[in-house]
Amino acid sequence: MLLIRCPYCEEERPELEFRNAGEAHIARSTNIAGESDDDFEKFFFIRSNPKGVIYERWRHIHGCARFFNAVRDTVTDKFVMTYKAGEPKPAKLPGASK
Amino acid sequence: MNAAFRIPGAGRLRQATASFSFDDKSYVGIDGDTLASALLANGVHLVGRSFKYHRPRGFLSAGAEEPNALVQIVRDDARKTPNVRATVQELYDGLTAHSQNRWPSLAFDVGAVNDIASPLFSAGFYYKTFMWPKSAWKNLYEPKIRAAAGLGVSPDRPDPDHYAARYAHCEVLVLGGGAAGIAAALAAAETGVRVILADEQAEFGGSLRFESGAKIEGEDGFAWAQGAIAKLKAMDNVHVLPRTTAFGYYAQNFVGLVERVSDHLKSPGRELARERLWQVRARRVVLATGAIERHMVFADNDRPGIMLASAARTYLNHYGVAVGRNVGVYTANDSAYAAAIDLKKAGVNVAAIVDLRDNPTGPVIDEARALGIEINFGRAVIRAGGKLRVSSMTVQPKNGGGERTIPVDAILMSAGWTPSVHLFSQSRGKVAFNEETRRFVPGTYAQDCVSVGACNGTDGLAATIDEAYAAGAKAAKDAGGRAGKSAKPKVDASESWSRGMLGAAPGAGPDTTVKAFVDFQNDVTAKDIRQAVHEGMHSIEHVKRFTTNGMATDQGKTSNMHGLAIAAETLGKPIPQVGLTTFRAPYTPVTFGSIVGHARGALFDPTRRTAIHPWAAAQGAVFEDVGQWKRAWYFPKAGEDMHAAVDRECVTVRKVAGLFDASTLGKIEVVGPDAAKFMELLYTNPWEKLEPGRCRYGIMLREDGFIYDDGVVGRLAPDRFHVTTTTGGAPRVMHHMEDYLQTEFPHLNVWLTSITEQWAVIAVQGPKSRDIIAPLVEGIDMSDEALPHMSVREGKICGVPTRLFRMSFTGERGFEVNVPADYGEAVWEALWAEGQKHGTCAYGTETMHVLRAEKGYIIVGQDTDGTVTPNDAGLDWAVGKKKTDFVGIRGMARADLVAKGRKQLVGLKTKDPKVVLEEGAQIVDDPKQAIPMKMIGHVTSSYWSENCGRSIALALVAGGRDRMGQTLYVPMPNGTIEVEVTGMVFVDEKGEHLNG
Repeated sequence: MLLIRCPYCEEERPELEFRNAGEAHIARSTNIAGESDDDFEKFFFIRSNPKGVIYERWRHIHGCARFFNAVRDTVTDKFVMTYKAGEPKPAKLPGASK
Repeated sequence: MNAAFRIPGAGRLRQATASFSFDDKSYVGIDGDTLASALLANGVHLVGRSFKYHRPRGFLSAGAEEPNALVQIVRDDARKTPNVRATVQELYDGLTAHSQNRWPSLAFDVGAVNDIASPLFSAGFYYKTFMWPKSAWKNLYEPKIRAAAGLGVSPDRPDPDHYAARYAHCEVLVLGGGAAGIAAALAAAETGVRVILADEQAEFGGSLRFESGAKIEGEDGFAWAQGAIAKLKAMDNVHVLPRTTAFGYYAQNFVGLVERVSDHLKSPGRELARERLWQVRARRVVLATGAIERHMVFADNDRPGIMLASAARTYLNHYGVAVGRNVGVYTANDSAYAAAIDLKKAGVNVAAIVDLRDNPTGPVIDEARALGIEINFGRAVIRAGGKLRVSSMTVQPKNGGGERTIPVDAILMSAGWTPSVHLFSQSRGKVAFNEETRRFVPGTYAQDCVSVGACNGTDGLAATIDEAYAAGAKAAKDAGGRAGKSAKPKVDASESWSRGMLGAAPGAGPDTTVKAFVDFQNDVTAKDIRQAVHEGMHSIEHVKRFTTNGMATDQGKTSNMHGLAIAAETLGKPIPQVGLTTFRAPYTPVTFGSIVGHARGALFDPTRRTAIHPWAAAQGAVFEDVGQWKRAWYFPKAGEDMHAAVDRECVTVRKVAGLFDASTLGKIEVVGPDAAKFMELLYTNPWEKLEPGRCRYGIMLREDGFIYDDGVVGRLAPDRFHVTTTTGGAPRVMHHMEDYLQTEFPHLNVWLTSITEQWAVIAVQGPKSRDIIAPLVEGIDMSDEALPHMSVREGKICGVPTRLFRMSFTGERGFEVNVPADYGEAVWEALWAEGQKHGTCAYGTETMHVLRAEKGYIIVGQDTDGTVTPNDAGLDWAVGKKKTDFVGIRGMARADLVAKGRKQLVGLKTKDPKVVLEEGAQIVDDPKQAIPMKMIGHVTSSYWSENCGRSIALALVAGGRDRMGQTLYVPMPNGTIEVEVTGMVFVDEKGEHLNG
C-alpha cells in the first residue's frame, strides 16, 4: 500500500484514503461547445500513459475530500511529489528517476 | 519417551508427552515437537504421496521449505486443514493428522500406476494431450483433471474460527529471528526506536537450533538466542512475534505478516483468533531471512529417508531424534559433514560420506575422518534403493567406473545453501549472481531495507553478527533513533561453509532417463527440464510454466536454483544470462481467513437501513438489496405471492393512493451565490430562471455526452438547490460534482453537502394523496394553484420541519415528504394512519418500477447503460437549447452521437398480452435470418401491468422512433415472441392524472 502526501492536510496517509482521478493538467476549454473534433478528442480521449513520470489527479476522498495533483513514477510506483489543484506543473522534480 | 528413535539426552525437549495420531494410528511425542519430529521419533518416514506420480514421500526438511510432507490436520468437521507442512506443525496433545493423495492406503496407492506410466506424463503433458477434441476439454478433461489434482480435502463447512487483523508502525522491522535477526534487533532496540522482530518458528534461533558448533557470549548459540529474546521482550519499544511469517513485501516498506495464534494449541479458546494479519509500515526493514539448503539431484532422490543434512541435524540437536540408525551422506559441500559428525557422536552409524568434490580439506573433514567415518571423494550417489523407505545408496566414481551399493536407512544430502532472497526480490530489489560462490544475492535495492547474514551471502557466524548488528544500529539511526550503547554479542565459536553445486549430479546427466527430482512437490525431474529446453522453451519463465518447476505451494524454495542450472546447462548459457524467475508473495501459503479477517458475513459490507425500515419489517415487507441499502420490495398480505401483492399495490396507488419509502434517494444540497451557475454547468437543463419554490427534472451527463444520472431538483431559494440523485448514484454524483467544482469551476462560490441520510423521504402518490397529507401539514397551502405539480415548499408536518415536494414518479398526483430522518418513522406512521381512512397501501420498489414504466419514466442504469444520450432516451426536451456550456454539451454533438440509426428508447407491446418479455432479451427484425442473427436492440424494462391488463416493456431499438407500429421479434429458447413498437407511455398519455 502506497503512502501519499496530501498537500492540503500536509500529511502522508495510506493509499486507502485516496482515489485516483486520472491524468492531470488537461484543461477543459472555456469554449468547449465550439471545440473541433480533434481538440475534443485530445481533451477527452487521449491520455499519455507514460513509462516513467506521470502527472495525476488524486482525491483525498476519505480525508479532507480535496482533489490535488501528484507526480508518480509508473516504473517504481513511487510518488515523487504532490501539489495543490490549480498549481502549475512543477518545473523541476525532486529526485525523479531518469 | 519410549519412541524408538528418540535419543536419551539429545535435543532440547524435556517437556511432557503428547499423544497424537497419524492415519488413525496412535503415537507419542513430546511437547515442543513438530509433527515431523514426533513421527520421525517413532521411525515413521513415509508420510505422503507425490502430486503427479504418487511416489512415496517422506520429510525433506525440518522447516518452511518442506515440499513433501504435506498432511491434513483435522480438529473437527469444519476444521480440516489440508497441505499442512508436518515440519512446521507444532505437536499438541490429541493432534490428528492424515496423509493425502493416496488410495486406498499410504503404503499401497493405486495412483502409483502413474509412476510406472510416467513416460506418458512428461513435461508439458497437459498441454499436449488434452488438445482435442475441443469439446472434450470442458466436459471430460477438465473435470477429470480437477478431480485428480489437488492434495488433501477442503472442509465443506464454513470456517468457525475467527481471524484478527491489526496495523502497526515501527522504525525498524526485523524479518527473521536467527542470529542475524536477533543481533540486528538488539542493536536497533538499544536506540529506543520501535522495533518489531518476527520469525516463522515457535522459537527464535534459526539455524542455531542445529549448529552445535556455535558459541556466543560463552553460551551455546541457541541458549544465547533465548536469552537475547527474553531481553528484547522485556523492552517497551520492542515487539517480538514468534510463529509469524512475513509473506509479502509491498510498496514503501509495507509488509504483510501472518501470526499463527492458536494452531499449536490443544484446545484454543474462542477468545483466541486462529491467526492474526499484521500490516506493518516500517521506516527501515532488516531482512535476516537466512538460507535454505539444497538437495542433491540424483536418481530416486525422493525416497522416504532421504533428507537435507541440516534437517537431520535439526531433528537430532533440537528434537533429540535420529533419522536413522545407519545413515549415508551425499554432499558437495562441508555442511553435511557436520551432520555426519553430530549423528556419529550421538551413536548413529554413518555408513559413508560420498563427496562429489575431488580433494576437499578442512577441519570438519578432518574431524569426520578422526571419528572413523568412511569418506569417498570424487564419487557420486547414482541411485537410491528402496521404495517406501530408502534401503541403499549406489556409489560410483563421478567420471564412471565400478558401482558399489551401500545399505543405509537414511541419506543426508547437501548441495549447498541458497540465500533466501524472496522478500528482497518482492521488494523489487534486483538480485545479482556471485560467480565465485555461484549464488544469487541482493544486488540493487529498491526500498529502505537491508539484507544481513546468510540471505545476504554472508558466511560465518562472526561476520553475520558483525554485519547484522551494524545494520540494525544504522537502520535505527536512519529512522531517528538516538545513539545506543554498543553491546555487540561476541562470537566465541562458529561453523562456516559455502559453495556446493547447482544442477544435476553425475548419474542424472543429459544421457540418462532416471527420475532425479528437482522439484519434489510438482514431481519435476532434471529430464523434464532438459526436455522443456529441447522443445523450445528458452526463457526460464517458459521452462518454469512448461514443467511447473517451482510452481507448487513451496514456490521452489529447494528447486529453483537446480532447475535454473539445468536449463542453463542445456541452453549452453551462463546462469545469469538465463536469469531467475520472479519471486511472488506469499512466501508460504496464507489462509484466506487471515486475509479476510473480520470482513465476512454481516461484516462483509455495511448494511444501510432507512428510518422507516423497522415499520416495513414489522409489516412483513420483503426486502431487496440496492447497493448497500435494504429496500422494501413489496408488502405481501396473507396468502399473496409477489405477483398478487404487486398487482394489488399498483392498482391501489392509481385508484386511491400508496405510501412509498423513498429515503434512499441520493440528496445533495447545492448552496451559494453561484449555485444556479453551477447547476447550469452540471445539468443539461436551464436553472437560472427556475423560480424558488419550483422543481425541475434534471439530467446529468458525463463529458462524453451520455446520461450519467437524473433526478428532481427543487430550488428552495435563489442560492439553494435540493438535488436528488438515483439511489445507487449518490456517491459518484457527489464525486463528479466536487470534481468539477474543485478543479474546473473553482471560481464558483458554491458548497456541496450530502444530505441523503439527513432526510427521510415518504412518497405519497395517488388521487387521494393530498387528502392524506393535508390534515397533517402546517404553513403550506396545498391547493393546486399554490402548490402545482413540480413545486416545493418548506413548512411543518406533524409538527416537524418538512421540505414538501409535489412531484410524481407514478404519473398520479403525488408528493414526496422530506422530514428529518429521526422523525421519519413517526411521520410515516401518522401518514399511514391518515391513509388508512382512504384505503391506501404501502408499496415497495417493484410496484414503484411498474408504475414508472407504465408512464415511460426511465431508470438510469436500467433503461440506460452509459451509452445512451438524452436524445436516445427521448429526453431532448430536458436539454437547454440556448445553453452554451454544460458538462457533456460537446460530447453530445459528436458525429456518432447524432447519427441516424442510433438505438432509441421505445415501448414494446407483445402481440400476446399475457406474455411478459425477459429484461435483457435481444430484438431482431427478421426472425427467419440465419443464426447468428443481427440484433437491433434489447428489452430494458418489462413487467406485467395489472393497470393495463397486459404486459408492457421498454426497449432500446435501433432507429426505434421511426419504427412505431412495426412488428419486431424477440427470439427466445422456447419460441419467438412477436412484439409491436409503441410509445413509452402506457397509462394516461395526456398526463391528466398528475392533477387528478
